[in-house]
Amino acid sequence: MKVDATNLSYQVLNRCLRTLTEDCEVVGCLGQRFIGAGMRDRRLSIYGTPGNALGAYLNGAYLEVHGNAQDAVGDTMNAGTIVVHGSIGDTAGYAMRGGQIYVQGNAGYRAGVHMKAYQDRLPVLVVGGCAGSFLGEYQAGGLIIVLGLHANGKKIVSNFPCTGMHGGKLFLRSACTGIDFPPQVNAHPASGEDLAEIQDYLAEYCRLFGYQLPTVLDGPFTVVTPNSENPYRQMYVAN
Amino acid sequence: MKHLEGQIRIPSGCAISAVISKEGKRMTGEAIAQSMKPMHDRSNGLGGGFAAYGIYPDFKDEFAFHIFYDNHSCRAACEAYLKEKFELVWVEEIPTRKIPQITDEPLIWRYFAAPLRSVLRSMQLDEQEYVARAVMYLNTSIKGVHVFSCGKNMGVFKAVGFPEDVARFYRLEEYKAYSWTAHGRYPTNTPGWWGGAHPFGLLDRTVVHNGEISSYDANRRFIEMFGYQCTLQTDTEVITYIADYLLRRQGLTLSETASVIAAPFWSTIAKCPRQEQERLAYLRKMFPSLLVTGPFSIVLGFSGGLMALNDRLKLRSMVVAEKDDKVFIASEEAAIRMMEPDVEHIYAPAGGEPVIVRVKEGAFV
Repeated sequence: MKVDATNLSYQVLNRCLRTLTEDCEVVGCLGQRFIGAGMRDRRLSIYGTPGNALGAYLNGAYLEVHGNAQDAVGDTMNAGTIVVHGSIGDTAGYAMRGGQIYVQGNAGYRAGVHMKAYQDRLPVLVVGGCAGSFLGEYQAGGLIIVLGLHANGKKIVSNFPCTGMHGGKLFLRSACTGIDFPPQVNAHPASGEDLAEIQDYLAEYCRLFGYQLPTVLDGPFTVVTPNSENPYRQMYVAN
Repeated sequence: MKHLEGQIRIPSGCAISAVISKEGKRMTGEAIAQSMKPMHDRSNGLGGGFAAYGIYPDFKDEFAFHIFYDNHSCRAACEAYLKEKFELVWVEEIPTRKIPQITDEPLIWRYFAAPLRSVLRSMQLDEQEYVARAVMYLNTSIKGVHVFSCGKNMGVFKAVGFPEDVARFYRLEEYKAYSWTAHGRYPTNTPGWWGGAHPFGLLDRTVVHNGEISSYDANRRFIEMFGYQCTLQTDTEVITYIADYLLRRQGLTLSETASVIAAPFWSTIAKCPRQEQERLAYLRKMFPSLLVTGPFSIVLGFSGGLMALNDRLKLRSMVVAEKDDKVFIASEEAAIRMMEPDVEHIYAPAGGEPVIVRVKEGAFV
């Protein structure tokens, strides 16, 4: 089913998408917010530039954007997959607690801010290009993977990565020289075991965007985890 | 009773957009007005406005005052003051279109005025300072008068309403500018009123702003020492005066101004090359009270160019793109694609990284 979003308000477009029960191709998007919000077991192929909060509270649906996406993609998503054949704005995967986001290009500021894992749910955010400042801010769980493909000399991540991180894992395909991490995290070269953990996600990234897995795996990976030796326990009281 | 700014607090985003032709080619206001449509929900109808540069080539040597009046008696008082200080070359009501979306409009007039040479000489002021003082006087001393635009060959057009309606109200399709900025307002803290809509301007500099600055009072207390009077209780007004103070009165460059108001953290400065460290540290130490904190994305318009800037933490979104001779800036990529679907080189500048675009030398009047 094809839905033409041209000149539709976000209310009308989303009402239409909710009424339909089959997979949809949404064309002519221009800034309509909340596309696919809360959606379960459906596929949406989106053309144009979807608005903020694409796939917020997503609950199982598969959203594929053929272009760039704006801010707050997958805000608080619970399950499902968002694929972006382009770059993505700020706060991608904000507080996501399940599901997967694959971004072919770059991410803006605060990607993966406050991601969390919950029981059997493990949110995964894969960014093919570079990430802005405050990557993984307050990360509490889940996996964030940044590949730095086509970095063209740009730093794989800008300032203040992992500020406030206290859970989960973050992988950067870089030796991370010259990148300062805060004292409450550990950054070390990824072991074979670490890489095995992300192998499936890297393979999926390659399948989606047409890369060769050996090429992506070729390069030093750094893994960042919270440092349990230096928790926040003395921040307010000594206990 | 109607509440004005400062009499009520409404805790509650905004939309900004801009386009400039580096070749100085003049565009009508239609495209910029269209760009606000995909961002409609970023505003709530309590303020919309536009700044346009290069629109008055026939009066390019006179200051163009755009003034709101509550009634004809304050207009008479204002005009009496203007006649004492200026030669009024042309006076008219700003043409508007009656539309149901825009109501309760004040009287809206414009004046093309040249400072009286004799008065200027006796006061020993340059004409920009002379105009700035006259505007400060009018906005604070005559009740019911609000000068909302006072630069040369440019103008601000603003109202209470959604920006796309404000564009129709002011017939912006009839103006041609080499540079446009636009704003859709969602007032934070204060109610919307005509004077409180963006852009805010002093002389030819205008600011459109999305955000809410937490340093407002610190900035205000400092800037008021230099004769600026913050009468509107809105953070954008103080940014406008800071820009005027740093650029016009202190003679800083645009990038220096950006390094003052969105100064990098000391930890970031420590990692810069030595010369850059010294420059940044000097600016932070010289103007500590003009550091603007809290979320903001702004576009500063001026004769011959634009500067876009985010707060150093980048707490508001901003996207920049290019196509041919044009540069586009907006809160959302969708707004840019509304103006130019096949735009190129889309990127989001980092927090505190100014994007400065100038029209090539000699291409604008």
